[in-house]
Amino acid sequence: MSDIQTLPLAKAINAGLRQAMLDNSKVLLMGEDIGPLGGVFRVTEGLQAEFGANRVIDTPLAEAGIIGTAIGLAMRGYRPVCEIQFDGFIFPGFNQITTQLAKLTNRHEGQIQMPVVIRVPYGGHIGAVEHHQESPEALFAHTAGLRIVSPSTPDDAYWMIQEAIASNDPVMFFEPKGRYWPKGPVDFSGSSAPLHSTRVVREGTEVTLLGHGAMLSVLLEAADIAAEEGTSVEVLDLRSISPIDYAPILASVQKTGRLIVAQEAPGFVSVGSEIAATVTERAFYSLESPVLRVAGFDAPFPPAKLETTYLPDVDRVLEAVDRALAY
Amino acid sequence: MSYTEATIQLLNPEGSLVTNDASAEYLPYIEALSDEQLRDFHRQMVVTRRFDVEATNLQKQGQMGLWVPSIGQEGAQVGSGYAARAQDHIFPAYREHAVARIRGVDMIDVVKLLRGTTHGGWNPAEVGNFHLYTLVIAAHTLHATGFAMGVTLDGKTGTGDLDSDEAVMVYFGDGSTSQGDASEALVFAASYQTPQVFFLQNNHWAISVPVTTQSRTPLYLRPSGFGIPGVQIDGNDVLASYAVTRKNLDEARSGSGPRYIEALTYRIGPHTSSDDPTKYRKDAELDYWVKRDPIPRFETYLRGRGETDAFFNDVRVEAEDFAADIRRRTLEIPDPPVSKIFDHVYSEPHSLMVEEKAWLAAYESALDENGAQA
Repeated sequence: MSDIQTLPLAKAINAGLRQAMLDNSKVLLMGEDIGPLGGVFRVTEGLQAEFGANRVIDTPLAEAGIIGTAIGLAMRGYRPVCEIQFDGFIFPGFNQITTQLAKLTNRHEGQIQMPVVIRVPYGGHIGAVEHHQESPEALFAHTAGLRIVSPSTPDDAYWMIQEAIASNDPVMFFEPKGRYWPKGPVDFSGSSAPLHSTRVVREGTEVTLLGHGAMLSVLLEAADIAAEEGTSVEVLDLRSISPIDYAPILASVQKTGRLIVAQEAPGFVSVGSEIAATVTERAFYSLESPVLRVAGFDAPFPPAKLETTYLPDVDRVLEAVDRALAY
Repeated sequence: MSYTEATIQLLNPEGSLVTNDASAEYLPYIEALSDEQLRDFHRQMVVTRRFDVEATNLQKQGQMGLWVPSIGQEGAQVGSGYAARAQDHIFPAYREHAVARIRGVDMIDVVKLLRGTTHGGWNPAEVGNFHLYTLVIAAHTLHATGFAMGVTLDGKTGTGDLDSDEAVMVYFGDGSTSQGDASEALVFAASYQTPQVFFLQNNHWAISVPVTTQSRTPLYLRPSGFGIPGVQIDGNDVLASYAVTRKNLDEARSGSGPRYIEALTYRIGPHTSSDDPTKYRKDAELDYWVKRDPIPRFETYLRGRGETDAFFNDVRVEAEDFAADIRRRTLEIPDPPVSKIFDHVYSEPHSLMVEEKAWLAAYESALDENGAQA
């Protein structure tokens, strides 16, 4: 019996949170405006009404307070899921995430676990003001002790949020807010792929495109156009940033010989840089061209009227495809 | 900042009980203590101080990277540490050696932390719910508050049974009060009415910066702005520390919300072994506080109750034996295995840790082979 529904990604996360709360009474949601309002993106809509104010906790407006108290709750045996309202507002909680949440299992030499999920709506495409469109995932990927994932489809969002909550380690769950509202199928009767796995979403033979979150729709569109122009492009959804599942990436590069890593985040010292370095180390003899990065510029995220120029788009991806093929 | 009219004191620096309106509320807590419990207050203070001296010497002899002495603060720590009930959870900063010992931490584990063989040292579940030291100032205040939120969610507080209702106590210092986390902990504690006592040891110095730079008002007044009652005690009076903490913890565990205690004490030694207090503080100030040392006044009090030289000599011998034992065991602490770099970064396998651990093992074994050939 298949149960497939078409939902926006935001609603898929809502459904995943609800299922996790039904499955385990220790799962709590915490954050600003997540109660009666349902969060500024309505991802938690209806959950406080269903589960009560002790399990869907509207917190004071303090990110360090949210993360820090979530840590204490996790020590007590709870599994808090924290909502950070916008990417650029996570930094008041940065200390608690990087020096405490990420380190506590190690500090305790494995005697305690830190099953805390931090949900972060991230990325551009919504025309918002400063601090509302950033992609800070690399800042966290540099910190040992954190797991970092980002879904690109409603189906993945539904399953991955549940896997993140089931993890006994802290998970940063980056939600591509530019993709919150387009609908896609969610197979409630299906099963989840491993949380930390890269997935081949389109097969091709000449160039590999790799990205995560909102980049996937851009990469798939670019692949369509490239195909019309006669170039066979393979597209991979990274899904997990820490750890990175390299086997499918290396297998693809061994087939195509060309890799382009795309991300909204600035390219300097980024996830794309890390993948480029590792693929160069591990698949040097398979490469027909250098690994190329298509990224946000290394400048602050610009005012919204410039965001379509700042963010990597289909044309910039295709330009990189041309450059790769020129070798 | 010295004592004020609001400072609660049960035992004055001369070693006499204080009888006034303020102390009347707390003296019954002292009257309920047995002679053996009072003797134990003294024993814990003296042994901890001797431990601190030994650890300081071991650090100077290269056996530890750093030492963090608590000398001068034993009264605040022993009194409050004893006030906690067995079911309570304690979140220390990093100088609460006496509380650690009272709750059951093997003090060699504190040495290990500062020797550099561990970042932690003990399992809180096995040592009286005494959590790990936290070195990022005030970060742990939020953990304590979150934990206390969990106690409430569990329904393990406020039932009216003092022997099972749980409370949480968090230690922090005057420097910590300036950190945002400490204020956020007060906000969350007030919002969710946590069963929690904030125990501030105002030892007057955040390394070299005096408390007067941290706050223009007495710190016990600060929580009132958050809707949390605050009191100030003579932190060098072990009896006041015990009685006031006992009362406040029991109020917190009984469902009346968080409490805040400012214990006025003094860091007689340096901030750490890397510090030189003569560069920033006056001898006269040190002399003032040495005259208010928690240990001599309590000894005077006990002698007034009939304790004899025999008892005090026994404690001195116990302290010497304890120090000698710490010295012997410090020299025997093995270096940690290399695998400790990777083993507990995550609780479930993470490919980077797995790969790098394997790489390092192969690298080191290759070095061993080359060394053997050479």
